[in-house]
Amino acid sequence: MAFIPHTPADVAAMLAAIGVARIEDLFDEIPPELRVKSLAAIPEALNEMQIGRLMSERARSDGTALSFLGAGAYEHHIPAAVWAITTRGEFYSAYTPYQAEASQGTLQLIYEFQTMIARLTGLAVANASMYDGASAMAEAALMAVRANRKSHAARILVPTSVHPHYRKVALATTANQGLKFEELGFGADGSIDPASLARFEGQDITALIIQQPNFFGRLEDVAALTDWAHQRQALVIAVVNPTSLALLKPPGEWGTGGADIAVGEGQPLGVPLSSGGPYFGFMTTRSEYVRQMPGRIVGRTLDSAGNDGFTLTLQAREQHIRRGKATSNICTNQGLLVTAATIYLSLMGPQGLERTAAASHARLRELTAALTRVPGVRLAFPGACFHEAVLQFDRPLAPVLASLAARGIHGGLDISGFYPELGQALLVCATETKTSADIERYRLALAEALQAARAA
Amino acid sequence: MSQVPADLQYTKSHEWVRTLADGTVEIGITEHAQHALGDLVFVEVPEAGRVLKAGEPCAVVESVKAASDVYAPVSGEVTAGNAQLLAEPETVNSDSYGAGWLMRLRPAPGALAAATLMSAADYQKVLDAEGG
Repeated sequence: MAFIPHTPADVAAMLAAIGVARIEDLFDEIPPELRVKSLAAIPEALNEMQIGRLMSERARSDGTALSFLGAGAYEHHIPAAVWAITTRGEFYSAYTPYQAEASQGTLQLIYEFQTMIARLTGLAVANASMYDGASAMAEAALMAVRANRKSHAARILVPTSVHPHYRKVALATTANQGLKFEELGFGADGSIDPASLARFEGQDITALIIQQPNFFGRLEDVAALTDWAHQRQALVIAVVNPTSLALLKPPGEWGTGGADIAVGEGQPLGVPLSSGGPYFGFMTTRSEYVRQMPGRIVGRTLDSAGNDGFTLTLQAREQHIRRGKATSNICTNQGLLVTAATIYLSLMGPQGLERTAAASHARLRELTAALTRVPGVRLAFPGACFHEAVLQFDRPLAPVLASLAARGIHGGLDISGFYPELGQALLVCATETKTSADIERYRLALAEALQAARAA
Repeated sequence: MSQVPADLQYTKSHEWVRTLADGTVEIGITEHAQHALGDLVFVEVPEAGRVLKAGEPCAVVESVKAASDVYAPVSGEVTAGNAQLLAEPETVNSDSYGAGWLMRLRPAPGALAAATLMSAADYQKVLDAEGG
């Protein structure tokens, strides 16, 4: 079908029909101070050859550092087959096609993705994915307010041990929707002290968010926290690392009743770090809340001839139908990344994912043991960790990290700005991609950097 | 031609109101509304104890194609939601003025008099104007 742009006569007729003289008049409610008057700061357009050269120069300046950064994005080995299959023409699209049912292969893939994520999290239903882990958590908070009909406070308890960026995104997303986020601190061991919940006794709490493992890599007492929330008619939102679920108890089995909604960042499942995105989020819930879950859901059905088929289902509350009253007007699925994740999970299998998780855990223990042998470095929170841990330093971190970077090592994330109470605190991460030699290289470089700092 | 019982009162948004002997009111959607929505697959009714203002969305009726809000015709406190509809939403289609009621509420003092409700004859005119 040809795309026929509107002629000036068409435009004039449409404007006349709605009683507006110029298209510009449709935007007259935007105040002048918010309007961009000039695009002078935007450079001239480049042609394909020029932009290709610029991009490869920029990419080179990133280098190929040895990275011990985690904090929400994790460097895992991605089998070569994952992206070789994902980039086949049949899959290579960023979006669910508009005539979705005409693309049965795409719908089957999403259905299988949903099945895998539902099984990983131990909950009944999954959606077709979301933008990223942070926006999935924000959507889960909004969903909890809709789903928890026993609560009228729209009040969500969010521990400060939840990723600071996730908390910021949740606040920004819900700022104009009447939600109240109440902060919950962490104890001396870097996890939530269930006793600290006592101050909320007798209050109307809509939901409790629990990140497992938390931002510091520490394991929360999810069973006690889940039971506490459920006894007070609050829902439980689990924020989880999918790789960790190969070893840890799935949210659907937390405590007596299990978490009500599980969300997380899907990047560890076959998506490269690529400077921070695009990634994808996932969300699962119990069957009883499926109508409050945002996003698309693919279901399996029979066609008129009795053959198996796949279809978008439960769309009645999506934005193309419910408009402003839709469950969400800002979510989408990340088709291409979900394709990669589904292929990654199929290739790894439950055993492969478990081995990845176990190897990551072993590497982290090796890393923290090595680095805490360096004078002036100590482990902030003793106890069970997954993927990452917090180290405390006896002197300013910034120059130490700069010195490591000069040696081609990304030493971790300085979290002193997020948590001033922790002093000079570094979040370090190790996955199965790090070898003992890598860890030794980091330890030696750190020892030298600290020695130099002490001497200066 | 939709049925419009003479003993009920109506709203422009196609809810009906029945005044019960104990002074509470029963609320549902009209036959015209259920027909326009098509086969219902899910109905969400308010919990007893919820306090509603007239005009506030208080229930959702969902068909395969769309989920629509039901608005409280009268201010008051919900005394019961029709829990049977959770398992059998199609009752709203088959018996919209009877077993398909959505909720009962106790009107706030003076709320019934203040509510903008129509007689069956006036509601019929609304339907005629809509071509229903």
